[in-house]
Amino acid sequence: MTATLAATGVPKLARGVRLRHDEARGQWVLLAPERVLNPDPVAVEILKKVDGARSIDTIVDELATAFTVERATVATDVDAFLAGLAEKGLIEVTSPVIGDAAS
Amino acid sequence: MSLIEEPRGRVEVPVRPAPPIPYGMLAELTHRCPLQCPYCSNPVELDRRNVELDTETWLRVFSEAAKLGVLQVHLSGGEPTARRDLEQMIRHCVEVGLYTNLITAGVGVTPERLQSISDAGIDHVQLSFQGATAEMTDKVSNFRGAHERKLAVAREVRRLGLPLTVNSVVHRANIHQIPDFIELALALDARRIEIAHSQYYGWALRNRGALMPTRDQVFWALDVVEEARVRLKGVLTIDAVVPDYYAKYPKPCMNGWGRQSLNVTPSGKVLPCHAAETIPSLDFWNVREHSLTDVWLNSPAFNAFRGTDWMPDLCKSCERKEIDWGGCRCQAMAIAGDAAATDPACHLSPLHADLLALAEADAEGSDIYDYRRYFQPDRAS
Repeated sequence: MTATLAATGVPKLARGVRLRHDEARGQWVLLAPERVLNPDPVAVEILKKVDGARSIDTIVDELATAFTVERATVATDVDAFLAGLAEKGLIEVTSPVIGDAAS
Repeated sequence: MSLIEEPRGRVEVPVRPAPPIPYGMLAELTHRCPLQCPYCSNPVELDRRNVELDTETWLRVFSEAAKLGVLQVHLSGGEPTARRDLEQMIRHCVEVGLYTNLITAGVGVTPERLQSISDAGIDHVQLSFQGATAEMTDKVSNFRGAHERKLAVAREVRRLGLPLTVNSVVHRANIHQIPDFIELALALDARRIEIAHSQYYGWALRNRGALMPTRDQVFWALDVVEEARVRLKGVLTIDAVVPDYYAKYPKPCMNGWGRQSLNVTPSGKVLPCHAAETIPSLDFWNVREHSLTDVWLNSPAFNAFRGTDWMPDLCKSCERKEIDWGGCRCQAMAIAGDAAATDPACHLSPLHADLLALAEADAEGSDIYDYRRYFQPDRAS
């Protein structure tokens, strides 16, 4: 299994993308230019940790601990989800270490 | 885990007793604008500066919008940067949790002003281009040098790290530039482009004969956009507002009347769509006298065509009634003379052939524009 994003990379929401709780409808929403996206509960847990400080590794560690799920499974899911967001331009992933994306 | 895009227009929403909650609000802060585009959807009788809502009232409206459940506010006009209190409004919107979108013509907006708008917390900038070339932009907007200024604003927006959408309204004179508009958006590092075929309300209706494309132009344009969408997936989002005069089905106008969005005019009237004032039987409540929630829930204008109960039998018995939502009420008014009629853009309307004939005749019309303006220029404009 190959990860798309470097595990040491630090994701953050792109400018113009905001996660917020929508009181009126009782749900979380991800707001982007001319788009309203509804993340499912698992996606919300990941997005809450996308803060421009935590690395993908840290996010995976924390989720694996919080939900007592096997780390490898969480890592695969988080990578796939964040890669999708990156492709849509909704997040940016900065890499604090020198080198290519993990393979 | 997944991200499901809110499928606007396809959600099953209980219509009564509880009306749906609006997602978006178009705030037309002013009708003042340095450009004179003949396709403008603003009403022919433009609001003057002395009837514009004051800052305090706008701030209250934004707070009420957030409370009502609005998620995104589109700060528009006219030219919204003509309001000196724009930054104050943006800061307030951010405070109450609203996503802010600036819809600007980008003329007369200095880098300092953009910096200040960015600092206030704007989330997204939509910049209009009337043409893909300086010659076309300047001609359509009737403003010499407009194109160069827009290019400068686009670069500044990206330098500030703000997401940029290029807005291009297409019609007979510039529809052939669609591939160039797309190249322009890419060159300006926009993530998104809107290719909106002129919709015939307000000034655009007045200029329909000069704007209407031919059927061949429209079908060519649809093909070009579809090809570009596939080619640029993941690079540039292309949202198209399609023309309906040559279509089989009507557009699901506003995704249903009083269903997902509302519009506040410079003088404070609350409309279900920006052209709703063309329906003379409707009485629009004003935010000076009513809270936004009160208007949304209780104003007769919002309830007039909400849901499906108002529909003529032709629409009510149609399996697409909750896809098209009966099409456009303003177009029914303009063409059929009855706001509750089936939209003549629908192939089942008895007036569909008339609409097509009208479009074909208009496409042969004169190219002379009646440029958008205040009828009696005053100091405020």
